[in-house]
Amino acid sequence: MATDYSKYLRMEKLPLYWCPGCGNGTILKAMITAIDELGWQNDDIMMVSGIGCSSRATGYVDFHTIHTLHGRAVPVATAIKMCHPDMHVIVFSGDGDSTAIGGNHFIHACRRNIDLTVIIVDNWIYGMTGGQYSPLTPTGTKASTMPRGNIDPNFDIAELAKGAGATFVARSSVADPMILKNYIKKGLSHKGMSVIDALSNCHIQWGRRNKYGDPVKLVDLIKERTVTKAKAAKMSEEELKGKYVTGILYEDTAKKEYTQAYKELVEKAQNE
Amino acid sequence: MSKAQIMNGNELVSEAAIAAGCRFYAGYPITPSSEIPEHLSKRMPEVGGVFVQFEDEIASCMAAVGASYAGYKSMTASSGPGISLKQEAIGLACMMELPLVVVNVMRGGPSTGLPTRVSQADLMQARWGTHGDHMIIAVAPETLLETYTETIRAFNMAEKYRTPVYILTDAVLAHLNGRVELPDPSTLEIIDRTQPSVPPEEYNPYDVERFGEVPPLPNKENFHDYRFHMTGLNKDKTGFPTVNKEAVEADEERMITKITGNIKDIESFEYYKMDDAQLVIFAYGTNAAAARVAVDEAREAGIKAGMFRPITVWPFPEKQVAEIGKNFDKMIVSEINLGQMLYEVERATKGNIEISTVLQAAGVPIRPQQILDKMKEVL
Repeated sequence: MATDYSKYLRMEKLPLYWCPGCGNGTILKAMITAIDELGWQNDDIMMVSGIGCSSRATGYVDFHTIHTLHGRAVPVATAIKMCHPDMHVIVFSGDGDSTAIGGNHFIHACRRNIDLTVIIVDNWIYGMTGGQYSPLTPTGTKASTMPRGNIDPNFDIAELAKGAGATFVARSSVADPMILKNYIKKGLSHKGMSVIDALSNCHIQWGRRNKYGDPVKLVDLIKERTVTKAKAAKMSEEELKGKYVTGILYEDTAKKEYTQAYKELVEKAQNE
Repeated sequence: MSKAQIMNGNELVSEAAIAAGCRFYAGYPITPSSEIPEHLSKRMPEVGGVFVQFEDEIASCMAAVGASYAGYKSMTASSGPGISLKQEAIGLACMMELPLVVVNVMRGGPSTGLPTRVSQADLMQARWGTHGDHMIIAVAPETLLETYTETIRAFNMAEKYRTPVYILTDAVLAHLNGRVELPDPSTLEIIDRTQPSVPPEEYNPYDVERFGEVPPLPNKENFHDYRFHMTGLNKDKTGFPTVNKEAVEADEERMITKITGNIKDIESFEYYKMDDAQLVIFAYGTNAAAARVAVDEAREAGIKAGMFRPITVWPFPEKQVAEIGKNFDKMIVSEINLGQMLYEVERATKGNIEISTVLQAAGVPIRPQQILDKMKEVL
């Protein structure tokens, strides 16, 4: 059955203020479809964002929403989850927001394994402020603050999340919206910290500086740069250079979730 | 009747927070405030509250803001460098109009300064630390018992006016152990945020036309049923961003007047032996304890000294200090810094009074004798 998006959107806030062709809409749609398939009620969903283009998503969805400070969505989400463990808490964040200014909060939420779903709109750039390079801007490509090409190596968000202790890590892209939706759905259902690295197209701020000003061309590039986990297993290190491995990259259901650990601590304290 | 206990200032802030209904604490270790998270890490789980030691000061303050949004009375505490790091989040609480209590156990500075030593050098930071036009409430207790009662009042004001409130203690008060008889909990006035009486679909978090200058804010029980949006951007009555000139202007002004317009309820001060005084000491916080001794000793020596002590230090007691300026000839401003509230006193008294100072930024308290010597010098 087709999703009735009006159930989840603040229709009066449309149209979206994002640039035509922006991947944010595709990822937001994937998230809403996943929620619809799960049958969750709007009152039970908390969505938290920081600052950046993608962070404006909280204004469009008819859930509990809070648009916080640059990089700080995760501690706010952590607090809300601790206060209301029964609510589904989602963070919608950009690559700069979550891995640069918010990097410390991100790794520590992973370490705690608190039941948040962090969807990272990974478009390789700071879009809103005018195309400055982020920790995910591909090395060698141009940004407004790397006019001669980026000299910085990148984070691998999936490895970062896994290494820090997240218990569900997946990567897909706007080129595969159905698969992306499925991963978000799995992440939402997972009890623990789930991280979805959603590769996205910013053809305006990254694309125009790198000969990919056309959104279709950029989505094609993303498609070309992504390889499934199964395919990647058969590829050499050299062949994998510059590629993004997609799939459910890590899943652990044994590690204790943080609100559960805290609940047990409260029981212990009250029975002393 | 509660029985007397031996407690220090940090423990008293913690216990008062619990008595005031605080059920969320987020913090990060820093001297001299660390006994607050230590105490609350034990106590919060006992009362069913949340305690989280976060990865840094920024996260702690943001978490406290998030918990407040989610309906919980929340607090964070720190000192010096930690308070500097919390400033952006405090501004967010100002803009979102969320209750928040921030304890600053003041230590020497700037920078790492004197971590274990006393100061009162963060008064102006409390007032203007975060960027943008805003109003702030700050209280500065003098004694252990007052640390307890002012903490409760801080929570009440935060809830009533949906605003951050600072409790400014210092390294001396934090670590001073003394006998305190806590008030019977049943005698305490505890104020909670007003609850929306309209159905969720009619609720807007900033609808001042409908709900008055401080609109209701869902508590933890009502949070689930009331869905609303908040942002750090300038907002309209619905909580969504606006750049409309009139809406922004009205909102910016109301965020200030909701506090200044209720100054009678927020202000708190003490006149000590002022009636026949020839000389007024202006002092606050623990330094007022030294000034009090100096006043008493001066009177024994035949000097008619008095003290004016603001307890609510922000907003500044403009009217009272202006009156003192008109009615007295000489004043000594004493604070454990190089002169911060001095600027406010000078501004409020408009040159009507001769002002001298006993200021010290050396990591040690000002002794009563220093104030007494100054009195003798100026008279």
